[in-house]
Amino acid sequence: MGEILLPLLILCPLAASMIVSVSAGRMGACAIGTVACTGVGISAVISIILSITLLSGPPAGVLQVTLWPWMHIAGFSADIAFMLDRVSMVMILVVTIVGLLIHVYAAGYMRDDPGIARFFGCMTLFVAAMLVLVLASDLLCLFIGWEGVGLCSYLLIGFWYNDPANTAAARKAFYMTRMGDVALLCGLLLLATATGSLRIGAVLAAVTNGQLAPSGVNLAALFILVGALAKSAQIPFQTWLPDAMAGPTPTSALIHAATMVTAGIYLIARLHDLFAMATPIMALTAILGTLTLLMGACTALVQSDLKRILAWSTISQLGYMFLALGCGVWQAALFHLMTHAFFKALLFLTAGAVIMRTGHEQDIFRLGGLRHAMPGLSAAFAVGASALAGLPLVTAGFYSKEMILSGVWHVHFGLTREWTLSGHPLWGIALLGAFLTALYIFRCVFIVFCGKKQGTSATGRTSRLMSIPLGCLCFLSLCGGVIEMPDTLPPLHLFSTLLDPKTPLSHADEPIWLVLAGALAPLAGLGVAWVLWGRATPVMHEIPGQAAIIRLARTGWGMDALYDRVFVQPFRLLTWLTHHDVLAHAITATGRLTQAVSGRIFQARTGFLDILSIWGSRGTGWMAYLLGQLDNGRVRWYAAWIAGGLCAGLAMAVLS
Amino acid sequence: MPAFSFNDILLLATTLFSVGLAGVLVRRNMVFMLMSLDIMLNAAALVFVGAGARWHDATGQVMFVLILALAAVETAVGLAIILCLHAHGRPTLDADTGNLLRGWNHG
Repeated sequence: MGEILLPLLILCPLAASMIVSVSAGRMGACAIGTVACTGVGISAVISIILSITLLSGPPAGVLQVTLWPWMHIAGFSADIAFMLDRVSMVMILVVTIVGLLIHVYAAGYMRDDPGIARFFGCMTLFVAAMLVLVLASDLLCLFIGWEGVGLCSYLLIGFWYNDPANTAAARKAFYMTRMGDVALLCGLLLLATATGSLRIGAVLAAVTNGQLAPSGVNLAALFILVGALAKSAQIPFQTWLPDAMAGPTPTSALIHAATMVTAGIYLIARLHDLFAMATPIMALTAILGTLTLLMGACTALVQSDLKRILAWSTISQLGYMFLALGCGVWQAALFHLMTHAFFKALLFLTAGAVIMRTGHEQDIFRLGGLRHAMPGLSAAFAVGASALAGLPLVTAGFYSKEMILSGVWHVHFGLTREWTLSGHPLWGIALLGAFLTALYIFRCVFIVFCGKKQGTSATGRTSRLMSIPLGCLCFLSLCGGVIEMPDTLPPLHLFSTLLDPKTPLSHADEPIWLVLAGALAPLAGLGVAWVLWGRATPVMHEIPGQAAIIRLARTGWGMDALYDRVFVQPFRLLTWLTHHDVLAHAITATGRLTQAVSGRIFQARTGFLDILSIWGSRGTGWMAYLLGQLDNGRVRWYAAWIAGGLCAGLAMAVLS
Repeated sequence: MPAFSFNDILLLATTLFSVGLAGVLVRRNMVFMLMSLDIMLNAAALVFVGAGARWHDATGQVMFVLILALAAVETAVGLAIILCLHAHGRPTLDADTGNLLRGWNHG
């Protein structure tokens, strides 16, 4: 049964996408929403059935389906093949269930948009591509999904293509991830040439058997890491994600929660055996993740656009996941991915509803006091914010973040024999990041929902179609984390045993203050945020924007300018050059020069001939005249000429 | 020992020839031109005679006789032409007026 259901899982959203795209303009908004939601819904049901089947089987059971061989040549083969193991099971559950909730919400949100068919066509295609990505058992097949999500993100970010800013943001996202895609392809080709196959199992087996040289493993891991960094918007590729807010809000939710940015996390988690062999790359991953989480949190603290705050918080949270991946606790990364999908989808959808009801106002300082006008949305946003901050015990984010923090505390990178990198500084920065996370998200909560009522007024009601997904996501954000707890609390390890039954993570030697520190950091952040922005007369209405560092942070640390200077402007120059085609100009100029020269030569030649003939004829005339003058019939002159000629002849004969 | 050296003879002949040539060139009267021509012929004949004396050869004398005959004929023909022109109504002996191919009266 699994052999049929697994392809069907991908086919349902794909079919929905086809139907919706083809029927553009012929179906009503309701019908389109229904078709799209049905497609994703069926695949959600199938993924639940498949998960139950898988879990009831043996612990290491894997469902393999090879649809058709793609290419077979000497030394290399690739298939269109899918594989369901426990890692991809978690992913398909997240993608389909969160995706379904977002689709249901979007059916309400986009009801009045004229381009709804195009929108849902892209959204369901997005889900299908992501499912291909997470289910592929062949890295080349995975790459199809990888490119598919890149394409769909481009289409959806530039959905309102009438505004040039939106299309610019879409292009930016596409180009930035494209750089990573090239790196990923390089890594895949490296692996393919070394192992002759890109089947994940075969590649990992070859790597763990020592079939590749350590330098080759490091290089391949580095390339794949760069691909994942670009897809997941980590330093130095983080600039595309904040601009990706140009798309409709459900798109943002889908990109940030279920699809797209999680692809990088999934890829590294899937290839964790490869990365375990490349210690320097692991350390690099951890350091980049730490830097990103700190930078994302600091930047989110000074933003004033509601959606941009959430975007930077996504970058920060993805930094946590990369930190976990770098420290080898990939289970924690996947766990955080799952909980992050819940609360980030909740936050985005709530923000979308708020923005929609306040007449597309995104500046948090022009919103305010919305608690009374929309209590339900306020509660939902507060739940999402708590989960993001990781308020202890009651939220999902706490457990996943705690798992990452404890994993980071124990890690040691043996880079060389003498020099090892301890995880403790990383843990400290991650804890600071947790504090900052609570600070910035509650700053947002207090400014938007508490405080005085600002000029914008809320209108209308949130439709039931939109509020039901919010309720479900609230529930998941609060209770989704209890399946995995630290040892100091009830030692419940459902998630990590589910992922890897053989070697469960041990937290046995974990000191109790580690958990306490992880619990207190968000609370401290909440407290400081309350002092600064939450009280009736806020201490700080707004972080003063005069300081240079804040201006720098608000614009994303000058990375955009740097990219502009390093890549965009040289490229523009290049396109300008090709557009104006200097070479062609040079050739044209040469041609014109030749033409001019040949014209001159032609003129000179004809002129010369003219002059020659004119002078010739004139000379002939003169000579004729002279001869005529000689021939004057006067005999004496003839005699004189004869005598002169004779004298001349004699003189010549004598003198010579 | 001759009375004159050959160089003297050549000098005399050249002088005579020059005088004759100058007469042909300068004088416009056809009678004088004929006379000048005769002087030139005589200068040439003098050279023949001098050369014959110089090399003791009688051929020079023979050539002088021939030239004498030639001069007579030339004078006769020249005078005949002058008379003929006069008979055709040319009132003048000026040589330069005869430079047109068409006749004086017909022009």
